[in-house]
Amino acid sequence: MFSEYIYGEKNMSEHDITLTVNNTEHKLVIESRRLLIHTLRDELGYTGPNVGCESSLCGACTVHLNGSAVKSCTILAVQANNADITTVEGLAQHGTLHPIQSSFQEEHGLQCGYCTPGMMMTALDFLKHHPDPSRDEIREGLEGNLCRCTGYHNIVNAVESTAKKLAEISSGGSA
Amino acid sequence: MYPSRFDYYQATTLSELFDLISEHGEEMIEFLAGGHSLLPMMKTGLASPDILIDLNNIEELHGVEQNETTTCIGAMERYSDISRNNIAKTNCPVLTEAVSLVGDIQVRNRGTLGGNIAHNDPASDPPAAILASQATLHVHGPSGKRTIKEDDFFTGLYETSLEDDEILTKIEIQNIGNGGGAYLKKPSPSSGYAMIGTAVVLHSTDGIIDTARVAVIGAVDHATRLTGVEDALVGSPATHESAISAAEHALEGIEDYMVMEDLQASAEYREHLIGVYAKRATMAAIDNLPK
Ligand SMILES: Cc1cc2nc3c(=O)[nH]c(=O)nc-3n(C[C@H](O)[C@H](O)[C@H](O)COP(=O)(O)OP(=O)(O)OC[C@H]3O[C@@H](n4cnc5c(N)ncnc54)[C@H](O)[C@@H]3O)c2cc1C
Ligand code: FES
Ligand code: FES
Repeated sequence: MFSEYIYGEKNMSEHDITLTVNNTEHKLVIESRRLLIHTLRDELGYTGPNVGCESSLCGACTVHLNGSAVKSCTILAVQANNADITTVEGLAQHGTLHPIQSSFQEEHGLQCGYCTPGMMMTALDFLKHHPDPSRDEIREGLEGNLCRCTGYHNIVNAVESTAKKLAEISSGGSA
Repeated sequence: MYPSRFDYYQATTLSELFDLISEHGEEMIEFLAGGHSLLPMMKTGLASPDILIDLNNIEELHGVEQNETTTCIGAMERYSDISRNNIAKTNCPVLTEAVSLVGDIQVRNRGTLGGNIAHNDPASDPPAAILASQATLHVHGPSGKRTIKEDDFFTGLYETSLEDDEILTKIEIQNIGNGGGAYLKKPSPSSGYAMIGTAVVLHSTDGIIDTARVAVIGAVDHATRLTGVEDALVGSPATHESAISAAEHALEGIEDYMVMEDLQASAEYREHLIGVYAKRATMAAIDNLPK
């Protein structure tokens, strides 16, 4: 993995990494200090995850790292070497919106949309562990994601509606 | 907000880790666990290590294991995994409650128990739970292993008794057995960190409390036991009335300089909270004693 030899010395401030983003493998060379969010957006063009605060507070940069929601401004890109990453771009399949995307649309869960990719990625991790959540649990689950537009009410509605759709799908009904 | 340049290494075993430490003895080294205190500090320039050694792939630092009277949690276990682990939930409910209240889902998916208590932030949750539950901290350094008791581990604001080249490998927590416990937190409305967090572990025989451990964090500069409350509880009936009168001793042994004060809450308010949370957490622990 760490193959660079510069001036005859192993250079550990730069690394070859492989990231699998939404099932597509990418090989690239990055600096140790490069944050995952910047690699995703600037090197690889996945501009779904947004930069809100760059300081672990707003959740706009949330992606899934090996299936778990993480703030990609607080992970080094080199730490994600060989990991599977899902961004909001990976949710829709073959042009069909994911249930959470159609729920946000139907419930008006977004206004400017800046927080939305992060909201959805956190909500999906939350729903995995709380398939039938109360409204209070949803608010707690989205604690790490800030929205400056909606007042959250419609976001909670959207997550509640997503839970119902996912339950229908898993019980074999149609969403 | 970019960290300044550093060299990044991954260790996959403890012996590899100590080789790296001795190879770079002259340089400033930081260990990267969950990175949820360290990376923010590196981004704001509060930490600028030359060398970052990632602990995430060291197998020996993972796992939860139950022994006869204790439960061992690997230093690299993340909050979300600990809070869903049945062995931990049964044997160390006060700790699992504390880790389930840390930050938010994303923080809990990354942050580790070892990183948290090694960092010893005054507004962290787990240190109070460790102090109340009683634990042996297993530490490994270039010259070998040693253990530290919980009462000797948290020494001050961001201070522990770990040496710079030592790492915490596992946290061995006393099983609660037939005791009752609770962790109660008042989060800061803006950061979510503990404005105060209070952990209580009690044991009783025939309705009389025979051991009591009460520890507070957030309101004071490091996790600290409320020995006045503990002493008042031992020998008292396991009732809410005992909790109320024991909480009157909450500030005994708390020195003025230890009480935190910031924009969010004055020292006076935090002192008030120490009493209120000692009472409420003790009541909750009494309610959790097996009937
Ligand atoms: C938005 C946000 C909200 C948060 N809210 C809370 C909260 O409510 N409650 C709370 O308790 N915490 C909170 N935290 C802090 C979080 O819990 C951190 O994860 C924790 O303080 C540090 O653990 P870590 O695994 O992330 O360690 P790191 O950040 O990787 O490391 C912290 C320090 O410990 C050292 N270290 C790490 N592991 C070891 C080891 N095994 N042995 C020796 N030294 C080691 C590192 O060298 C470093 O100096 C929050 C953080 C964020 C970003
Ligand atoms: S940009 Fe990562 S949490 Fe705000
Ligand atoms: S929709 Fe604008 S920030 Fe949430």
